[in-house]
Amino acid sequence: MKMSQMHQPAALSTCPSCEEPLESGDLFCGACGYDLSAVPEPPVDRPTLAINGMPPGPAPAAAPDQVPVPGPAPAEWPVAPEVDSSDVPAPTHRSADLPGTDSAGGDLGGGGLAGDAAPDDYPLPAPADPRTGESMGAPANAGAPVNAGAPAAEGTEAGMPAPTTATKLCVACRSGHVAPDGYCENCGHAQPRERDHMEQELDAVAAVSDRGLRHHRNEDAFTISSTALPDGSPAVVAIVCDGVSSATRPDEASMAASRAAGLALDASLPRGTHPQQAMHEAIVAAAEAVNALAEEPHGAREHQPHQNAPACTLVGAVVTGGLLVVGWVGDSRAYWVPVDRTGPTVRLTEDDSWAAQMVAAGLMNEAEAYADERAHAITGWLGADSYELEPHTASFKPDRPGVVVVCTDGLWNYAEAAEEMARAVPADAALRPLHSARVLVGHALDGGGHDNVTVAVVPFPAAPQGAGSA
Amino acid sequence: MAIFSKSNVPQFTVDVYQNEYLPEGGREVNAIATVTSTGGGTIGSAVGAPHLYSAAEGPDAAVAIMVDCSGSMDYPPTKMRGARDATAAAIDAVRDGVHFAVIGGTHVAKEVYPGGGRLAVAGTQTRAQAKEALRKLSSGGGTAIGTWLRLADRLLASADIGASAVRHGILLTDGRNEHESPEDLRASLDACAGRFTCDARGVGTDWEVKEVTGIASALLGSADIVADPAGLSADFTQMMEAAMGKEVADVSLRLWTPMGVEIMFVKQVAPTVEELTDRRTEAGPRAGDYPTGSWGDESRDYHVCVRVPGAELGQEMLAARVSLVVPAADGTVQTLSQGLVRAVWTDDMAASTSINPQVAHYTGQAELAQVIQQGLDARKSGDFDGATAKLGRAVQLASASGNEDTAKLLSKVVDVVDATTGTVRLKARVAEADEMTLETRSTKTVRVKK
Repeated sequence: MKMSQMHQPAALSTCPSCEEPLESGDLFCGACGYDLSAVPEPPVDRPTLAINGMPPGPAPAAAPDQVPVPGPAPAEWPVAPEVDSSDVPAPTHRSADLPGTDSAGGDLGGGGLAGDAAPDDYPLPAPADPRTGESMGAPANAGAPVNAGAPAAEGTEAGMPAPTTATKLCVACRSGHVAPDGYCENCGHAQPRERDHMEQELDAVAAVSDRGLRHHRNEDAFTISSTALPDGSPAVVAIVCDGVSSATRPDEASMAASRAAGLALDASLPRGTHPQQAMHEAIVAAAEAVNALAEEPHGAREHQPHQNAPACTLVGAVVTGGLLVVGWVGDSRAYWVPVDRTGPTVRLTEDDSWAAQMVAAGLMNEAEAYADERAHAITGWLGADSYELEPHTASFKPDRPGVVVVCTDGLWNYAEAAEEMARAVPADAALRPLHSARVLVGHALDGGGHDNVTVAVVPFPAAPQGAGSA
Repeated sequence: MAIFSKSNVPQFTVDVYQNEYLPEGGREVNAIATVTSTGGGTIGSAVGAPHLYSAAEGPDAAVAIMVDCSGSMDYPPTKMRGARDATAAAIDAVRDGVHFAVIGGTHVAKEVYPGGGRLAVAGTQTRAQAKEALRKLSSGGGTAIGTWLRLADRLLASADIGASAVRHGILLTDGRNEHESPEDLRASLDACAGRFTCDARGVGTDWEVKEVTGIASALLGSADIVADPAGLSADFTQMMEAAMGKEVADVSLRLWTPMGVEIMFVKQVAPTVEELTDRRTEAGPRAGDYPTGSWGDESRDYHVCVRVPGAELGQEMLAARVSLVVPAADGTVQTLSQGLVRAVWTDDMAASTSINPQVAHYTGQAELAQVIQQGLDARKSGDFDGATAKLGRAVQLASASGNEDTAKLLSKVVDVVDATTGTVRLKARVAEADEMTLETRSTKTVRVKK
């Protein structure tokens, strides 16, 4: 359930009694029989609050090509190679929901659609730029290659021949060799896959992905990396993708998308591309990577008679010293959780779901939209069947430290409302991102683990290289 | 090897339809493997529609036509005439360059054409000579089908064609196999199995359904009844055209199963039900081959049922690999295509409790064939209550699955009160031909609508 302010049973994402995930329109819990009509209204979870705790102001009349970042010596954002406002349709989330700017530079808080405002307006008042006066050495890529967390996963997927596995002994029977298609030649067991459980930690970011308890493979994927802006200040990237199960090869789609987006950001951020523009381009690159999968010959792999094009969702965050940029397609989410929990926890993304679109288009009110059984069908994704890609991006300038939780619905199904997410995130999340990501995955598994779970935890502001762990 | 140097080796594909999800503790895995062969040197891809090669362009092949010449063929005389005309029609359908022979069968087998322990090569002249020879066919004597098959085997083996070229027989009988023991026939069938394929036809109503269907089953051909001799020519032409459409012989379904996996059954389920479980020959570690005969442009479905060892939730294993293999000249085999049957344990009840529609459909079709057989057996033995119950169930299954041909045949044997519930009454009088038609065709299935 994406919107929880409805007074209907369908508004709950889990049974209050046993935490079983619910279907839209359930009157009773399918697991324990709990009467859902008796459930009190869950906390409101609309991302209506500005992170800074103040309403977004009107856009200053900035020159279209310049970004008024306060503070001395900010990174110089070059003009994006293309103004994409014509390529990017109006955002589907409601205006005023998000205190930020969309990828076309429109002021999301201004009540108008994207494109009303001049591109590259950054209307949010920013606190002192933490990068000010900072002069760091060449910030390396945190020592780890971009995709260190998921090396060679491509070659170890189901049914995909991996040359190195031919001589491996089966972990199940310990006597058979593993055939090129990934199954033991003796006992037939599929070998544990690298992607069943993945963890990665860099200095300033961590991510954990788990198969969950119900699915036989992990169709989520993530990429985290740490790079630097041209001025040497750190930039942290986290990308999380969720393969669409009803499509073919969702696991490959999510892996390809997360890698492509991560690589794109790692290349464009050091060049000085504005993070929001960079995020937009990264989503486009991810979409192209997924589209390319559809063209690959499938051949001798796991044979599935009725193929359709692979697809996945994507949510990503770029955190710099003073800026927080999110981008997404689909129903994977990003939440802002301040260190000081007296401040509001906010959902930063607006799902590409049928219900959200119906409401955004003014065709239905929320109650009607979410009562429909199509409410949770996603309306945006990356993949060849997506006739029109609509990447959403937004940028924020938080005025206090916190963490960004970037996750698939495998987590937020168990912590849908921002307040629930705030309770699930450990208090020391900014200091121990890996631990926090594990705790959050555990939260989902404890809740039932009905889906693959992937969580990236990115502290804000981005810590200077080595500052957190040295 | 001749057959692979030609362009007309068909392309095989294996599509596996299954619900791979098992509940905790679940062990039985069912899958339907749809095997489709297309291509060869042909243009069309119409599955199941045999095509005709133009003269001398087709693959090497040899055919033998076995015509019953026993004394009963003269009662009525239309039978012998029909058989002669049908054989002539079949000869006309033999492609130029194909080796062929005509055998007259009684209690012994005689070469009718060309004689001398050889096969003729089809051409305008040999066809005319063969048809001329048919005039001399006369009836008289008994019936020992085993001897016909052994002669056909010897002749077909003598053909100067590749070891894996298509060798096919067409057998017509009008009576019971009275002049040899069932064991003799069985021994002959065992000797011929795998060496050539054979379609069998019963003309009239004095023959034994189980004998004719047994021959076709053992030799991987079709069986049918031609109650009226006038229909023989069309049927023979169609059979020969189908034989001419075959492009590769000796194809086997190879099943590889992991250690600890038990094979419950393997059967062809379309176009007809054919039990293959007991016809396995071992083919290396944990693999076995099941014969499927020769293939043209066609598609067949196989139902594979295996029992896997239990495993934990979230585990996945391969339950079987299904592949199509043909022997190569050097004694090895060539794998034409492969499909995987998997088992995945999940606690998602919606996933594990659903039955794959293909599996459900063919489970029903196999039961349909079985209850028809049981119902007719019960009827013959005087167990009318049993017959009513079984045939009622058959009507129900045929109706539910859309097997209209079988439903039509059933309605000639029982009065259908309500097809949905399977309520029927046995007809007091049933034409023998109708009953035999139902029994002969009971194994015909329809495919699930995709």
